[in-house]
Amino acid sequence: MIEARKIVVDPVSRVEGHGKVTIRLNADGSVGETRFLVVEFRGFERFIRGRPYWEVAMIVQRLCGICPVSHHLCAAKAMDKIAGVDRLTVAADKVRRIMHYGQVLQSNAVHFFHLASPDLLFGFEGPVEKRNFVGTIENYPEVAKWAIFVRKFGQSVIKAVGGKKIHPSLAVPGGVNKNLSIAERDALRIDADRVVAWCGDALELCKRLIREDAARLEAFGTFESSYVSLVRADGAMDLYDGGLRAIGSDGATIFDGVTPETYDDVIGDEVRPWSFMKFPYIRSLGKEQGWFRVGPLAQVNCCDFIDTPLAEEARLDFKRPGGGKPIHATLYQHWARVICMLHAAEKVKELLYDDDLQGEDLVISGERRPEGAAWIEAPRGVLYHRYRVDGDDLVTNAKLAVATTNNNEAINRSVNKVAIDYLTGHEITDVLLNNIEVAVRAYDPCLSCATHALGDMPLLVTLEAPDGAIVATRARG
Amino acid sequence: MLGYGNPGRRDDGLGPAAAEAIEAMSLGGVRTSANYQLMIEDAYDAAQSDLVIFIDAAKSGAGPYSVSPVRPATNVSAFASHVVAPELVLGLSGRVYGHVPRASLIGIRGYAFGFDEGLSARAQANLSRALAHIRHVVIGPRETIEQAAGGALR
Repeated sequence: MIEARKIVVDPVSRVEGHGKVTIRLNADGSVGETRFLVVEFRGFERFIRGRPYWEVAMIVQRLCGICPVSHHLCAAKAMDKIAGVDRLTVAADKVRRIMHYGQVLQSNAVHFFHLASPDLLFGFEGPVEKRNFVGTIENYPEVAKWAIFVRKFGQSVIKAVGGKKIHPSLAVPGGVNKNLSIAERDALRIDADRVVAWCGDALELCKRLIREDAARLEAFGTFESSYVSLVRADGAMDLYDGGLRAIGSDGATIFDGVTPETYDDVIGDEVRPWSFMKFPYIRSLGKEQGWFRVGPLAQVNCCDFIDTPLAEEARLDFKRPGGGKPIHATLYQHWARVICMLHAAEKVKELLYDDDLQGEDLVISGERRPEGAAWIEAPRGVLYHRYRVDGDDLVTNAKLAVATTNNNEAINRSVNKVAIDYLTGHEITDVLLNNIEVAVRAYDPCLSCATHALGDMPLLVTLEAPDGAIVATRARG
Repeated sequence: MLGYGNPGRRDDGLGPAAAEAIEAMSLGGVRTSANYQLMIEDAYDAAQSDLVIFIDAAKSGAGPYSVSPVRPATNVSAFASHVVAPELVLGLSGRVYGHVPRASLIGIRGYAFGFDEGLSARAQANLSRALAHIRHVVIGPRETIEQAAGGALR
């Protein structure tokens, strides 16, 4: 008889922050429960209590150095409501949007080029010392040029309107504190076409790499699921604002046009004692069946169309195999992410030729309200903020539901699927470890900012007996 | 001019403060960047430049600042997304873009690195001395920083 045991992958490399994966084996050697654990705790919801509401958009972006703009803008949108503003001026709305598209562009570029593409370029079983961005630089210098320049351009957009590449200052309750000057606009216009072209090249590269190994990649860590994303009223992809749409695994609408104020009516949170992260679910489907996925796959699956030509063409190509039904392949999230990156590049270019961004009517105000809620499509998926503010303008309550939390159950399921598919015998092989990391990385989980190497990363694997005793350990790096 | 460090850790913000001050000087032909840390993308800017000056806070050593040459790293694999050294920026510049500019690192001595904003008085004084030196290098004859600094300032 084989003893039940656990396999622990700690830490998972090339994700934002540190996570830990535990696979519990049954006594017969088959894979039992798998757990994806976040080993850090941030506590922002608690310590922004007591702060003036107009400070919050600046404070909460310190959650992350990769997607601060998403938190900055989401908080600002919630504070708009508290300031009594339901609709910004045209200039303020578009200035915020160009910052957001710059953020989506640079963040998706980091994930695809720096974190994900090495797995596709060198193969999951490729040597760790080569399967990283350095390997890309050494072996695919043109791709490295795209990677560096696309990210740099996205950050330049953020800096142009927010003053800084990381932790910028732009949004205030009811608007923005500056527009995009003509000089800033003209400087960005110089590179806009090149960025769109290189995002298109990246899309072709991604498609080629996926199609070369399509049968394997389609099945890798894959399962059917529901999807949740923001969608504009006319059905277009809208990464900055819109109503919340949920679709089932067959593409049928579960809900649509939901507003931030009614978030709790449609999405519930399950707490499990072993994880800091909650497990959100669609209330109408219940805790067991209501889990869903967010992020690029959901963004592309949920919308009816994309309102930029190259990304729309790419969306149609992406969804063609499903005949219009959702695409469920977990690793096709990379493909979807590049479509979203291309869309963001097209949007930035479109806005750079929109004179509204030089408008000077930037802030409006209304009648103060005690509560405000808002959402945005962060690069990793739906991000939701809600705040309550007292009569002294101080925050009394906050809820932040981040994209990685929304994907919590899905990440666990992908790890479980990979473990079932790739665990052979009772050895902790490189193949198993690599594949677990590839599955987790597909969701671009942002577990908070913590140092992580782009190259070789320490990897500790521990086998534990049911009583916690260590059966075996294996370290890498 | 690439000034880097965390302004939320007091004197660690010397690098960004220097970059912002230089930008305010509007010196011809000079581009500046202030950031928490060096990034891989800085290799692109380096490749477009004749001279790169990295500006960082120094936790030890004599004040007011030190100047040292920077050579490109030959092994570009030794970096992480949260740690990119000046040598690696140059190494990537050469590897990806085929051009390695001349480069120096100015380390401005800091004294307080706790969780707060604002430079200490001594660090502020050191920053002023370093800025005078940088301004001299940029608007003076096109000599290297090491030559311009002179022994007394090192």
